Amino acid sequence: MDSVFSNTLAAILTIGIISFLYKDNPLYKFCESLFIGVSAGYWFVQQYYANLLPKLFDNLGITRLLGAENVADGALQNLFVRGQWDENLLYLIAGILGVMMLLRLVPQIGWMSRWPMAFIVGSIAGLYFITYFQSNAMRQMQNTILPLNSFNNLVLIVGTVTGIIYFYFSKEHKGAFGGAARVGIYFLMVTFGASFGYTVMSRMSLLIGRLDFLFGTWLGLVK
Amino acid sequence: MEFFEKLMSIDRRVIFLFVGAALIVPLFLDIEQKIEITPEVQTLYDAFMELPPGSKVLMTFDYDPPSAPELQPQAITALRLCFDRNLKVIIIGLWPMGPMQANLALETIFIEKKYLDREPIYGVDYVNLGYSPGNELVIQRMGSSIPSTFPRDFRGTPIEEIPLMQGIVNFSNLDFILNLSAGYPGTVEWVQFAVDRFHATMGACNTAVQAPLVYPYVHTGQLTGLSGGMKGAAEFEVLTGFTGKGTKFMLSQSFAHIIVVLFIIIGNIAYFVTRGREKEKIG
Repeated sequence: MDSVFSNTLAAILTIGIISFLYKDNPLYKFCESLFIGVSAGYWFVQQYYANLLPKLFDNLGITRLLGAENVADGALQNLFVRGQWDENLLYLIAGILGVMMLLRLVPQIGWMSRWPMAFIVGSIAGLYFITYFQSNAMRQMQNTILPLNSFNNLVLIVGTVTGIIYFYFSKEHKGAFGGAARVGIYFLMVTFGASFGYTVMSRMSLLIGRLDFLFGTWLGLVK
Repeated sequence: MEFFEKLMSIDRRVIFLFVGAALIVPLFLDIEQKIEITPEVQTLYDAFMELPPGSKVLMTFDYDPPSAPELQPQAITALRLCFDRNLKVIIIGLWPMGPMQANLALETIFIEKKYLDREPIYGVDYVNLGYSPGNELVIQRMGSSIPSTFPRDFRGTPIEEIPLMQGIVNFSNLDFILNLSAGYPGTVEWVQFAVDRFHATMGACNTAVQAPLVYPYVHTGQLTGLSGGMKGAAEFEVLTGFTGKGTKFMLSQSFAHIIVVLFIIIGNIAYFVTRGREKEKIG
């Protein structure tokens, strides 16, 4: 009975969203708003229970401080009760940075939110500088240095070189250089076409999933 | 001529109707479509087959329900392959809904007849460590210590009490990683951190949208096999000898592609014919 109710509800919401294909309507608006609201609520709860509670409040000992009995002592208890240094105290810095991030909601001291933002940008940029360069530049370049002994290798090398030439704007695209750039455009077009084809396939798949739900799971017409 | 002019101003809802019919009708048909196996999916399948029984496979569920039509069949096939070959499965998710998708896939598998008598044992044959926030930083931290990144499993059991997790410290204790990804964080991040930084061996199952972005990683050997979209799911199913939703849905997919290609051709013909007429008028 529960599954019949939940499936019917899900089916109504699915039809409500698909109804936009005909034209905008109140049912679609309702379904859209409901989806946004539920998503926001779900994300908030998820982030609290997966992030804030175990990593910040439990590790620091704030939940214990507030009277929770099924949680072990945290860093604050270790420091002030036992006089021991606990590396989980470092979460305090993360917590303070998190609070500073929220201060952008207070215009007078909103500037303080720039500090945690700078920390995030700096650390992520540093982290990615090496990994991105290694995985997406060096390894790819290395794999383009190939012998011209097969058609595939030839296509790969010509495509890479002409594609790079197209994005070289310090020299006017004329003569042989312009010709190479034009070849580069063709390669780019083929790439975009392949990518678009895959996108169409992906979107169709999502629709097939919903149609299978409507005709199979809900109505039981498809086995 | 008027026919082509009408075609140029055809209501988009007519096209939706055709595409919808092309997707729905095949769901009711019992036609078998031949699925060609691509080298990328074959490599992924071979990677599983080369693992000796008892090998530890990390499966990362980095997707949520909207991408399930493409990725859930691949997840079910991969899990079934692992259980059939007695490979030990460790499940995690960098997306909040990922571990729940894994549970749904497990439920689908365990109601099958052959698993009713010998259902894999939780904690021994497989474990779900749940979701951990932090995106790529989770992967980075797993490279140092998996137990400190996932101190408890999905059910709240401390990791040291789970038999399957005994002796697993970092990626060097895992034999293979399979990433099921629908975007960020996903295959790109796993390649950058787990593969290139910690030298893990990894294959991937992606949505079709993401597949073109990660194909270069297969060519360089950073990925050991790739299964992209519903077509990849169907190929993976064919290789494992199981007909699931990937194979079933490919018929709808093919019908819809034919309709889309036909509309592109008709639209182009109509465009060039009407353009010629406009030129004549101007001339």
